[in-house]
Amino acid sequence: MATTDHTAPVATGKRPRRWHIPLLLAPAAIVYTLVMIWPLVDSLRLSFFDEGAPGERIFVGLQNYRALFGSDLWWGQFWNALVNNFEFFAIHMLVQNPIGIALAAILSLPALRGKTVYRTIFFIPAVLSYVIVGFVWRLILSPTWGIAPDLLDRIGLGFLYQPWLGQTDTALITLSLISVWQFIGIPMMLIYAALLSIPDELIEAAECDGITGVAQFFKIKLPLLWPSIGIISILTFVGNFNAFDLVYVTQGPFAAPDGSTDLLGTFLFRTFFGSTSQLGDPYMGATIATAMFGIIVIGVLLYLFGIQRRLTYYQM
Amino acid sequence: MFRTSARQNPLRSSALHLVLIVYTLICVAPILLIIMNSFKSRRGIFGAPLEFPRGETFSLEGYETVFTIGNFPLYFQNSLIVTIVSLLLTVVFGAMAAFALSEYRYRGREILTLYMILGLMVPIRLGTVGILNMMAAAGISNTLTALILVYTAQHLPLAIFVMSELMRQVSDDLKNAARIDGLSEYRILFRLVMPVMRPAIATIAVFTMIPIWNDLWFPLVLAPSEETRTVTLGAQFFIGQFVTNWSAVLAALSLAIIPMLVLYMLFSRQIIRGITSGAVK
Repeated sequence: MATTDHTAPVATGKRPRRWHIPLLLAPAAIVYTLVMIWPLVDSLRLSFFDEGAPGERIFVGLQNYRALFGSDLWWGQFWNALVNNFEFFAIHMLVQNPIGIALAAILSLPALRGKTVYRTIFFIPAVLSYVIVGFVWRLILSPTWGIAPDLLDRIGLGFLYQPWLGQTDTALITLSLISVWQFIGIPMMLIYAALLSIPDELIEAAECDGITGVAQFFKIKLPLLWPSIGIISILTFVGNFNAFDLVYVTQGPFAAPDGSTDLLGTFLFRTFFGSTSQLGDPYMGATIATAMFGIIVIGVLLYLFGIQRRLTYYQM
Repeated sequence: MFRTSARQNPLRSSALHLVLIVYTLICVAPILLIIMNSFKSRRGIFGAPLEFPRGETFSLEGYETVFTIGNFPLYFQNSLIVTIVSLLLTVVFGAMAAFALSEYRYRGREILTLYMILGLMVPIRLGTVGILNMMAAAGISNTLTALILVYTAQHLPLAIFVMSELMRQVSDDLKNAARIDGLSEYRILFRLVMPVMRPAIATIAVFTMIPIWNDLWFPLVLAPSEETRTVTLGAQFFIGQFVTNWSAVLAALSLAIIPMLVLYMLFSRQIIRGITSGAVK
């Protein structure tokens, strides 16, 4: 087994069986196939079934999809969660990523002092769990504790305070901003790394031409950053359309108030796992998961073929 | 490294620092507020939430409740086991597969590589219904094993992707010299190639350990029983139960925050290097 042919050019004779290749591959391939790929395929398959008599599984074709997209009971919830999810994603794209990029741009300035300290601090929220972050903000914004109104009072803006997490028209935006607060460090780090890889000569040339500061960022650096911004956008998209924890922790499984913060992830959880008022339905759960899978695939394909191909990559 | 005067303008540099300091406050103030108030009595928490704990407001009653009622040492142990074993399996299995996929030539290799890294784009949560069925059929629901298997499967694509990139850069001469000396392929992988993988392993560790430690979904769905609860799920349950006991809630939150903060501070250099080297390009 120890001898492989691959040191010599392939030209001669029969190869000995290279058993080490399947042996090296086996553990990863087995775990990955059994625990990730097979359950995904199985969930897809289950979406075409339903429970007949107790414990019996019957094939029902597209019935679950018809129910999801056609019945008042399911479609209302699905549409609500989908729209909320797009809003959640839009806020991340409009707030998290621009601020992350701006912070990275400031931190990458060579003369700036203390950048390691700032960088380390800005990433702290991202290493904490949603459970912690969710509760921290729930307490801070809570009218019972009164921290938020008290702080606003001190700067004379007390009249602005509302129980933001408790009102249907502000809860989703507030949650999105909490999530932005938590994850701003990730785009910041990725853009920071991309900015560091821009060659010094390019920046020096720009400075010789008198292009400095903000103009330098928009004219020289930003065009080089678009590919990284693309990656960040797709990461944000996949992450957001899969989000669950923050809503579950702060607003509960029913996405209070009144379902206004429901995302596809919480909808999926409630459906297959059940809750106090309804039994879990694994078949509808599988159907929702398949629909989410479709949305993510469409999003990724749109990005790969619609956006990524139009980006200009510069050799550096 | 020295740049021209444009940036050393003191006015501008202080404006930039002002922006950064404001953001620093936004980042840390909420966390400090929670930790600070966890050391106060109920009266202190509500009477003077923005002040440091002092003589009459200082109290450890929250921590006492957490330690007498909560089962946090057990949860902590569960989280540690799950996170570390999953990371080990991910790295070892991932390295073996990455080696098989990058070192040798054979038919079907490209397809196999594509298959193994497909999982980078697909969230494993969407297979939850299938995973639940399978774990129930295998008789391992409500075990740490179930969690470890899920997290290993979830992170293998990343590990394989990152390590096979780096393995292509290991010198062929070195490996061939070892082959002539009669070292087996396994020894070449573990003795020669693995030591070179250290930066890749740092990246994988960051992207594996933080999400596993913080995950709520799979502990909630797969292993919600008292004996298998992770810290994240335990904190969620505890806080849910004690919602009205503010000092207990604040103490539980602080107990969940402080270990992560300390670990992060100790390893922030490596963590940041892991993020910036692995994800860009």
